[in-house]
Amino acid sequence: MPLEDLDKLEARSIAILREAYFRISPLCMLWSMGKDSTALLWLVRKAFFGSVPFPVVLLDTGMELPEVYAFRDELTRDWNLTLQNEDCPSEDTLDQTLPPATRAAARKTAGLRALVERGAYRGVIAGIRRDEQATRAKERVFSPRALDGSWDVVRQPPELWDVYHTDIPDGAHLRIHPLLHWTELDIWRYTEREGIPIVPLYLARDGMRYRSLGEKNITAPIVSNAASIAEIIAELAATHAPERAGRLMDNETEDAFERLRTGGYM
Amino acid sequence: MSPRVSPREPAADLPAAIAPNAAQVSVVAVGHVDHGKSTLIGRLLHDSGNLPEGKVQELRAAAERRNVPFEWSFVLDALQRERDQAITIDTTRIWLRLDDREVVMIDAPGHEEFLRNMVTGASDADAALLVVDALEGVGEQTRRHALLLELIGVRHVVVAINKMDRVSYARERYAQIAAELSGILARIGIAPLAFVPVAALEGANVVARAASMPWYDGPTIARALAELEPLERGGPGELRMAVQGVLRRGLERIVVGKVESGTLEAGREIALSPGARRARIKTLEVWPPADKEQAVAGESIGFTLDAPAFVERGDIISDPGGAPEAVTRFRARLLWLGREPLLEGERLSLRVGTKLARVEVERFERIVDLATLELAAVSAVKRNDVVEVVLRAMETLALDPVTRHGALGRFILIRGLDVVAGGTVLETLATSTDLVPAGHLVSRTLREARNGHRGAVIWLTGLPGSGKSTIAMHLERRLFERDIAAYVLDGDNVRAGLGRDLSFSAADRRENIRRLGEVAALFADAGLVTIAAAISPHRSGRDGARAAAGGAFHEIYVKADVAVCEARDPKGHYAKARAGQLIGFTGVDAEYEPPIDPELVLDTATLTVEEAVERAFGYVVEAVRLERPFGADDFSI
Repeated sequence: MPLEDLDKLEARSIAILREAYFRISPLCMLWSMGKDSTALLWLVRKAFFGSVPFPVVLLDTGMELPEVYAFRDELTRDWNLTLQNEDCPSEDTLDQTLPPATRAAARKTAGLRALVERGAYRGVIAGIRRDEQATRAKERVFSPRALDGSWDVVRQPPELWDVYHTDIPDGAHLRIHPLLHWTELDIWRYTEREGIPIVPLYLARDGMRYRSLGEKNITAPIVSNAASIAEIIAELAATHAPERAGRLMDNETEDAFERLRTGGYM
Repeated sequence: MSPRVSPREPAADLPAAIAPNAAQVSVVAVGHVDHGKSTLIGRLLHDSGNLPEGKVQELRAAAERRNVPFEWSFVLDALQRERDQAITIDTTRIWLRLDDREVVMIDAPGHEEFLRNMVTGASDADAALLVVDALEGVGEQTRRHALLLELIGVRHVVVAINKMDRVSYARERYAQIAAELSGILARIGIAPLAFVPVAALEGANVVARAASMPWYDGPTIARALAELEPLERGGPGELRMAVQGVLRRGLERIVVGKVESGTLEAGREIALSPGARRARIKTLEVWPPADKEQAVAGESIGFTLDAPAFVERGDIISDPGGAPEAVTRFRARLLWLGREPLLEGERLSLRVGTKLARVEVERFERIVDLATLELAAVSAVKRNDVVEVVLRAMETLALDPVTRHGALGRFILIRGLDVVAGGTVLETLATSTDLVPAGHLVSRTLREARNGHRGAVIWLTGLPGSGKSTIAMHLERRLFERDIAAYVLDGDNVRAGLGRDLSFSAADRRENIRRLGEVAALFADAGLVTIAAAISPHRSGRDGARAAAGGAFHEIYVKADVAVCEARDPKGHYAKARAGQLIGFTGVDAEYEPPIDPELVLDTATLTVEEAVERAFGYVVEAVRLERPFGADDFSI
């Protein structure tokens, strides 16, 4: 019996995770407790037969919603995760020319840079998708980052078939993107099929829900009555609104998110 | 066929509603720079109702702020610097819905400088949209991109003959370009699915049928793309799976990888290549745990074996009857992407499947002339050239020609830290002209590090009865007790099997020693301290054994004169020889040539057996000692 589309997406992600594991060390994974990185964590458990063989890192600004922190603690316990809670530097240490919400998001960039430096990580696994945002659409699966963590979008290496290239200079690191080929809808269909836990904020309460989950100071809920994953899937099928419309830093200025990403943001 | 709808209005038969189970198809857009790819995609997005609300207004407003005219390509060119340069500098992807088909448009740059991004985009694609300017016609980039689609493995192509508004919507011009391009694509090996006349700027034949070209009754771009099918990579056929690695779960070892083609079943016999080693699958492993009997092409899977076997990353799993070829030389077609030219004789790293190996460019064969698409003589290989070369690997590789198995016939080349080429295996070649011995996957250094000592040949030579066998056996025991892997190859014992076909003629005796020397050298290479005990009367024979063992040969002369040996005569051979019952017995009626400069002399006329063994033991322990302890770095893969 040939594979269904979700099976193909899953198989490809598992293969990418195993390539990262066998080729790159030390390795860690970013987990924001959002639907994407939680689905990714599930894929990691599939790839390594129930275990998560590297630390799982939360870049913590202290600004996540309380439900998100509760979800973190629950899954860390239930899935036996090695959680590394990385406190991000405060906003006043950052580039003051960035608009306010972008500056708030840039705290994660600074936290990530400190984490990579301290852990001497050669690989950081992140659950970004190409369909989320235009600059993410240009990403490679194995994406090299310079010594300062920055992304040189103009000089990205070729990435041919699934013969991945992982050779990088000392001190640099690779971002590994096993979900790059998934869409928002794929994630929800997979989450529903596999029964992967989600933060309850994704489901509508009093006519509002979070479509994309960020820190409380820079994320807004959307108007929605989708109270189950099946209803979310139906809602997405009918909408034209972009997924990250509620993420303030994407939309402050035309190039805000691009500036974030070339600086090293996820 | 789509009903007619007016331009600029989303087509009525292209609802935004998503049927969640429709197969997704990826389409890479390619073509000469400025032939209008991005405009076509921007227009396609808009006309098919796939743009988020307000996107076009937002971009028009942004253009106004910048005081530049709005262009449809702005929809794609999300990066600031792209807008500034007005060319697409990297692949980007756009998701859209065409009828019940979810299409991912991969927009690849036409500019030559960014060819690596075009092939990166094409690597992920099921099909291609090739855009040609109706006014300018087929350009060099058009030919180059078509050639590269073939190299990457994209065979389904829809051609958009764009800017028909610039040629007065002339049917003749359309037919002329379609005919020219048909010929080019046929030569490359691509049969296009459709040639669509398009005026992207005004949306003609993009989603809506164009009133301006009533002579055209083929599909619109949207229709042609909606009818594409996903490319089945691998699929049914012979089993191929590249081993990614081995995971441990308790005492179990789980081999993991992705099935590229064929199927894998619990209980089935498999071959591991290179070497086509046989093994049998015990269980298929997934998580959450489930009884799984079969894995199909495309699946990432784990399995256990029913008996311990040597499996490592890079191995290719196949059916025992259909293993890939094990070769060191192959002919390949390359797209050279390196900044500096490729050189004949240059050594590079190769990645194919999950294997990493070193290769040498044995020679250039031909280069593709982009003006004619003919193969021509090649003198230099510069960036973006497509060439055919012979590559020679430093070790044996399990390879498939790309026509047999795509996944294992495609590779990348790495120079330093950079990917400098993508290539396909055209043909595997015999090693005849340049014999390269099959390379071990475990180096001698690694073996020695594991054993804690060097492998060596300790060659005991001397007259019959001088004490060689006695010393050899005691020495073996002493080394064994010292945790040194040692084994005695006794001349007489070896004759019983390996030399069974040999007589005691002078020629056969020489052959016997030659065989003993070769076997001892292999044992030493395997890491053993190999104690060869044989009369080996001729210097030439012993020198041959020394040569076979390389630097690991140690000659020990077990010295005792004929009188002493004859007095011992442990096997009664001297007596028989004197009685004429043995002819050509060394020391009696055949000559013994003593070593001129042996590593060690054991004079058994004066030494006791224990003393001789201790001397030999002391010598050997020093000779096989590793010079330095091996650190973890020596084991990195």
